Formats: sequence, structure tokens, C-alpha cells
Amino acid sequence: MNRFEIFKNGITKENPILVQQVGMCATLAITTSLLNGIGMGIAVIAVLTGSNIVISALRKFIPDEVRIPAFIIVIAAFTTMIDLLMHAYTFELYKALGVFIPLIVVNCIILARAEAFASKNSIVDSIIDGLGMGVGYLVAMILLSGIREILGNGTILGFRILPEAYEPMMMAVQPPGAFILLGLLIGVVNYLSRRKKA
Amino acid sequence: MELVSLFITSFLVNNIIFMQFLGVCPFLGVSKKIDTAAGMGIAVIFVIALASVITYIIHHAVLVNLELEYLQTIVFILIIAALVQFVEMFLKKSAPGLYQALGIFLPLITTNCAVLGVAINNIIFEYSFVESLVYSIATSAGFMLAIVLFAGVRDKVDYADLPESLKGSAISLVTAGLMSIAFLGFAGLQL
Repeated sequence: MNRFEIFKNGITKENPILVQQVGMCATLAITTSLLNGIGMGIAVIAVLTGSNIVISALRKFIPDEVRIPAFIIVIAAFTTMIDLLMHAYTFELYKALGVFIPLIVVNCIILARAEAFASKNSIVDSIIDGLGMGVGYLVAMILLSGIREILGNGTILGFRILPEAYEPMMMAVQPPGAFILLGLLIGVVNYLSRRKKA
Repeated sequence: MELVSLFITSFLVNNIIFMQFLGVCPFLGVSKKIDTAAGMGIAVIFVIALASVITYIIHHAVLVNLELEYLQTIVFILIIAALVQFVEMFLKKSAPGLYQALGIFLPLITTNCAVLGVAINNIIFEYSFVESLVYSIATSAGFMLAIVLFAGVRDKVDYADLPESLKGSAISLVTAGLMSIAFLGFAGLQL
């Protein structure tokens, strides 16, 4: 697999949210506005790429029996760094994302990439894999949070795009809207990928 | 009285799955049959209650005294991972029946974000020791309620005539959304 394909793989064929459906908790919880979705996506890209680099660099030193705890410590270290950075520089976003920033550490996609890719491949490939998966996550977050913000508020990033007369669909920004819209989004992705194959 | 209202709020009104979205992965993954869902629920209640007590003590006795609060995430996830391992070994030796029932679910719980989420929320909400114990038991009981109800509904959904593209997780998420609407009704409870 060449490097471009590794990158593309994470966005389309193995998109973490829309295809593999891992790490759903944060996806459902914080996509109430596009800004939150983008913020969370970038935080995950940073942790995923960082932990992929370190795990790939250490892959010959970590004994096989203790590899999962070792991976978790590396991931937790990067999550703590992001947590402190966001606390310092983007305080509003930090408050909006709340408990879901420390919870990046148990986001299955990061441990899954460490186990399935970074622990077996070179550093450069692992960086590309981390970026690809991270961008795939970000794309899914932008789609879901964009849809929810338009339907629930009539705005994009706080700017009004639907006319004042539009009655906001409150359900979209409430918890049920997250489940239903993500379900339908996955349905659309399934439909498109089936049509492409046929 | 306040403890009762805290229990009901965390159990129903702020249900961990339908309102807070913690632990959605096992909720979607291990809810194909009612008895496996119940097994997972019991394992989660057990681990969350134990993990909350231990992380609470460690946070207040060690991290706060040494001013190491920023290590919270790393310390908590290590405690939870070690705890799950320990519980697994303990049950294997002393309660083989229970171990048989819970066995396969225990390793999965380490990456269940509900466990870490509840432990962190105990600190964020500044609960006292008793409050955090009530909160963690009520929340994890809410998880069990949600996963058992959902498994029951899913049994029926499997027989429904659906468009090919919606089969599997897509319709599961929509189903969970409809159940979440039902849980919104609890928001009107006057406590």
C-alpha cells in the first residue's frame, strides 16, 4: 500500500465513525455545534498522530505481553498534554467539550490504530495513518455537527444562514437528534458505498 | 432526601446512555441478546462502583495533597485497567460461577468510557464520598436499564423489513434515538 492510499484509507474505506463505528460517545455528545465538532476533531488528530509516532518508534522495545498498558500510558500522556493546552489557550471550547477531552484516552479508534497499525509499521507510515484516520474522524464530525447546527439553530459557526422565519428544530441539538441523525448519516453512507460497488 | 433525588436524577433524568452518551460503544456492541446485555450491565455496575471509590480516595488522599491533579487522566486509567485485571483474577479464584457469567465482558470494560467518565465526573461535580458512591451506582444502574431495554427492542427490529442500507448499526442508532425521546420525558420530573 503506498502512502497516499494509507492516507485515503482512513477518510473513505475505513472511516472511523461512518464505517468502523468506533469512538461514538464523543461523536454523539459534543456535535451540538460545528465549532465543537471541529475542536474535538483536531484534538483527536493531535492525540492520534502523536501516539502513533511514539508507539511506532518504540515498537521494537515494548514487550508483547505488556503492550496494551504501554499503549494506554502513551495515549494518556498525549491526552493530558492536549487537555492542558486547550485549558490554557481555548478555554471556551475546553468548557464546552468538558469531560470528553480526558475521555479521548478511551476512544477506541486511537488504541485500535496503535494495535493494528503503529505497532507494526514505520514511523512515517504511522504518521500518515494517524493523519488519515484523524482527518476521517474530523470529516465525520464536521458533517454531523454541521447538520445538527443548521437544523437545530439555523446557523453555521454562529452565522445565521436560514431566514429568521425558520423555526429551529430543537430536537436536532438535543440527545435524540444525535442518535437519529448519525443513524441516518450512516444509512446514507451505506447507500452510497453500495451503489458505487453495484 | 437529597441522596434519593441524586439517585433518581442520575438513574433516569440524566441517563448515562440516552442523555450523556457515555458507554455507547458497548451499548451498541453487546446488546444483541437480553441475557448478555444483563451480564454486561451487572459487570459494569460492579466495576464502576469499585472504580469510583478507589479513584475518589486516590484523588483526594494522594493527587490533591501532592498537587498532582494534572496527572488525573493517566492515574485514573491505570487504576481502572489494574482494577479490571484484579477483579478478573479474584473472581476466577473465588467465584468461578460469577466469573463464567461475567468473564468475557470484564476485559471490555477497561475501554468503556462510562467507567472513566463517572470517575472524572465525581471530581468535576465536587461530590462528597457518599454522594459519589450514590452517583456511581445510580449511573451504572441506568446503563444496565438502557442496555437491557435496548436489547429487548433490538430483538424485534431484527425481524422488521428494512431498506438494505439501514440494516445493522444505522437502524440501531435511530432506535436508540427514539428511546432517548422517551427518556426526555423524565426531564419533567419535579424532585
